[in-house]
Amino acid sequence: MDLFPKDKVEFILKDRDTESALIKKRIHLSGLLILLFVTILLSRIFSLTVLENDHYTTKSKENRQKILPIAPIRGLIYSRDGVVLAENKPTYSLEVIPEKISDIDLLIEELRGIIHIGEEDIERFKKLSGKKRRFERVPLRINLSENEVALFSINRHLFSSVDVVEGFIRHYPLGEELVHSIGYVARIDESDLRNISKLDKSSSYSATTHIGKLGVEESYESYLHGEVGYQKVEVNAEGRVIRVLERIAPQSGKNLYLTINLSLQRIASESLGGRRGAIVAVDPRDGNILAFVSSPTYDPNKFSSGISAESYNSLLSSKDKPLLNRVIQGKYPPGSTIKPFLGLVALDNGISNNEEEVWCPGWFTLQGHEHRYRDWKKEGHGHTSLDKAIVQSCDVFFYNLAYELGIDRIYAGLSKFGFGEVSGVDIYGESFGLLPSREWKRNNMQQVWFPGETVILGIGQGYALTTPIQLVKATSAIATNGLMVKPRLVLGINSPGEEGLTLMSNSTENKIDVKNSLFWDEIIDSMESVVHRAGGTAWRSGLNAEYFFAGKTGTAQIIGIDQEEEYKEEDIADELKDHALFIAFAPVKKPEIAVAIIVENGGGGSKVAAPIARKMFDNYFVNRDLTSRE
Amino acid sequence: MNENSLGYRIHIDFILLALIFVLCLCGLIILYSASGQNIDLVYNQATKLFIALLCMILVAQVPPANLNRLSLLLYFFGVILLLLVAIFGDVGKGAQRWLDLKILRFQPSELMKIAVPIIVSSYLSSRFLPPKFLRIVLSFVFIIVPVVLIAKQPDLGTALLVAIAGFSVIFIAGLSWRYLLSVSIISALSIPSLWHFMREYQKQRVLTFLDPEKDPLGAGYHIIQSKIAIGSGGFYGKGWLNGTQSHLEFLPERSTDFIFAVLCEEFGMFGVLVILSIYSLIIFRALYIAYNAQDAFRQLLAGGITLSFFVYIFVNIGMVTGQLPVVGIPLPLISYGGTSIVTLMAGFGILMSIHTNRKFLKR
Repeated sequence: MDLFPKDKVEFILKDRDTESALIKKRIHLSGLLILLFVTILLSRIFSLTVLENDHYTTKSKENRQKILPIAPIRGLIYSRDGVVLAENKPTYSLEVIPEKISDIDLLIEELRGIIHIGEEDIERFKKLSGKKRRFERVPLRINLSENEVALFSINRHLFSSVDVVEGFIRHYPLGEELVHSIGYVARIDESDLRNISKLDKSSSYSATTHIGKLGVEESYESYLHGEVGYQKVEVNAEGRVIRVLERIAPQSGKNLYLTINLSLQRIASESLGGRRGAIVAVDPRDGNILAFVSSPTYDPNKFSSGISAESYNSLLSSKDKPLLNRVIQGKYPPGSTIKPFLGLVALDNGISNNEEEVWCPGWFTLQGHEHRYRDWKKEGHGHTSLDKAIVQSCDVFFYNLAYELGIDRIYAGLSKFGFGEVSGVDIYGESFGLLPSREWKRNNMQQVWFPGETVILGIGQGYALTTPIQLVKATSAIATNGLMVKPRLVLGINSPGEEGLTLMSNSTENKIDVKNSLFWDEIIDSMESVVHRAGGTAWRSGLNAEYFFAGKTGTAQIIGIDQEEEYKEEDIADELKDHALFIAFAPVKKPEIAVAIIVENGGGGSKVAAPIARKMFDNYFVNRDLTSRE
Repeated sequence: MNENSLGYRIHIDFILLALIFVLCLCGLIILYSASGQNIDLVYNQATKLFIALLCMILVAQVPPANLNRLSLLLYFFGVILLLLVAIFGDVGKGAQRWLDLKILRFQPSELMKIAVPIIVSSYLSSRFLPPKFLRIVLSFVFIIVPVVLIAKQPDLGTALLVAIAGFSVIFIAGLSWRYLLSVSIISALSIPSLWHFMREYQKQRVLTFLDPEKDPLGAGYHIIQSKIAIGSGGFYGKGWLNGTQSHLEFLPERSTDFIFAVLCEEFGMFGVLVILSIYSLIIFRALYIAYNAQDAFRQLLAGGITLSFFVYIFVNIGMVTGQLPVVGIPLPLISYGGTSIVTLMAGFGILMSIHTNRKFLKR
């Protein structure tokens, strides 16, 4: 089929030959035009290369002026109360231009006479010089001590192709404490170069050697980096700079102020004490992240100075996965922490109300099936209302509730709380977690959805996976009667020397609508009773608190247990033990802080995770009261 | 030549292939010097050239009639991809990468360099030529839509090349001189609106072109240094690997946009004559193919591809010698760079297909 059919009649009337002749005339004409333009180019080049050759040869010989880019100074990162978290330390390195060296091994041998050069230095040098142009400087030794700089300076005349170059190296004074939120900078690699050139920033990075790789160092790169400067310099015939003729100073990057509350952060990471897990605390009103702990962790300073392959591999292969940012990438079954959310979805759908009670004998079966879905309490909870079911974490009630809601309404309801979606936190690399639906199962497992899968979703088991940041965002939504706010790590920015702070706008996405706003109070009351009513699953953690808080424990199973078998903690290998979870916020009346705590393979949520929340709240409110009293 | 010769059966024009091959070889030799003797870069370029040559052979197997039939589909496919880039392109870093085949990256704007001349040829050749006024206007719409989308990315260089490819076809189609004059006036008038689309750095380039001494630290420096490199070459040049301008890092963008200056510095006027001769031979072979093509569509397409190939060369050399503003257009088949090589070779593939799919009357 022709898309543009020739007009038949026209064709009969007119002659194909005249058309062809016309085009041929144009092709002739094009040929002549091309000859004309080639002649123009040639005469231009002829006049440059031959007629003006003397002029340009002189210019080329006198061409001692070179434009060198000057790297901007990277912005600093502070905590909200002004503690430096990332700074630039002056450092000296020994740099070499490979093109000018005939025998690198000999040079290294000679240099070793004055300065220590280790095997890893040589390894790095070989790696870097392979990637760079042969006339670009490559560092041979980094972090020279002042002593070494002096030693080399005395002997410099022996090494015409070697320079001591002053630069800055990124330093993180708190080291591993904040690496998962701050990230680190590392040498620009090829994929960075591609991104830079795609963003049309090649010239801006022409003198920059390091770039933000993770955390806010990565996501706020455009603020932190600054603008490149230039200097026009005079060089000698070897290309060495003799003097600076003109200079356009670089513009330093912007400083960042984080939302992190350092004292809370420290309490949180101490409470985990190196166990695998994650803790994240936010202010539910504006999404400010107060604590961000992923454990275990690692030292970012190794990366900024160039990590050796050996150390990197040992981090990579460590069983505890320190490189994993558990707060945004750790995917955990939510366990019973899903219950308050499901309770709210049920209320909103008119499935449950606080008068209705369910009989809990300690197990639940689907009609026409034998399989017993067991409650954590073997003898059962007896008559159970929604309130009691949350306070005592009754599984049978929620098996039943989930079954009555059905997967479609559960999916719709929990989606509103952001499960199965990224939280939108201001760093990259977030996982989506997984909120299963019929469609998801059809697409991913080529199977229909089974009712039994709805039942176990009622207690946050099965396919559902959440990240700690999703959990804390959803918890904040309960605390604020439905406000969905993007969590964020950066409070504001300013320019070096500038007073005050330009605050980042906080981004409230939307408000979760429910049919009756009293539903929120019902769920919050029950969560408060989890902590403050005798018999609540976390009542020990609420004892003698000077404020009221609300929470929900969770214990996420990792392995299935047979129908008649019993879960005995001591019999089970460490990595198969349950995850301990706790979500909470405080104070109940006007929430200022919400937390999500996960201790991997920690055991029960009430015993292990809830006490950590209490410690954090105590610290937070005591400190706040201290400052307000001042 | 006859229909049963080897070249016709495998749809390869050996004359064109040989010329391209020689040009690429010269390009690699210049690149080795321009890159500061970085053999990895040369291998990388050689791999790209090889893949592009395979691509050319592949495209040469497609009969021109099929191109004519698929023209609209190809065009709209490209426009939709461009729209997707425009809508989603800025979401995250690296999102503009469409198809990353590790060695080659595919950009929809490159596709348009081929799709636009095809659609315009197909459209104009569907009625008797020369085109009537309304058909010219519609051809312009076919060209302008992708050009605006590409310019917004912002990739002014590629937008310009796409526009040139389209206009070349209209020119070959016998656009009357009256229209040609008015088009020149319209495009002259539309420059201010183009100004509106430009990013700050692009405006700066144009201003710098008008007065290079004004910005001796920035883009003006490029032109000054490039002229010194060219002028100091003399008739025979300073010799391979001996260019001081490039090796002492005075010349920017040595291996990409300004590689022609390296050629001038190291091989002088003589080297320029050799390279321009090869280019000219390629172009005249291509014009010969266009001349002998057997219907209006093939003639227009072949002519359009050839003309735009020449314009690439002209714009790049004009830029490096300081006669035209600095727009990021590489020197075809010699500059280091990925996707555009494939597009160029695909264009040659189309020429070969046009030439080897001719039907001869039995005598």
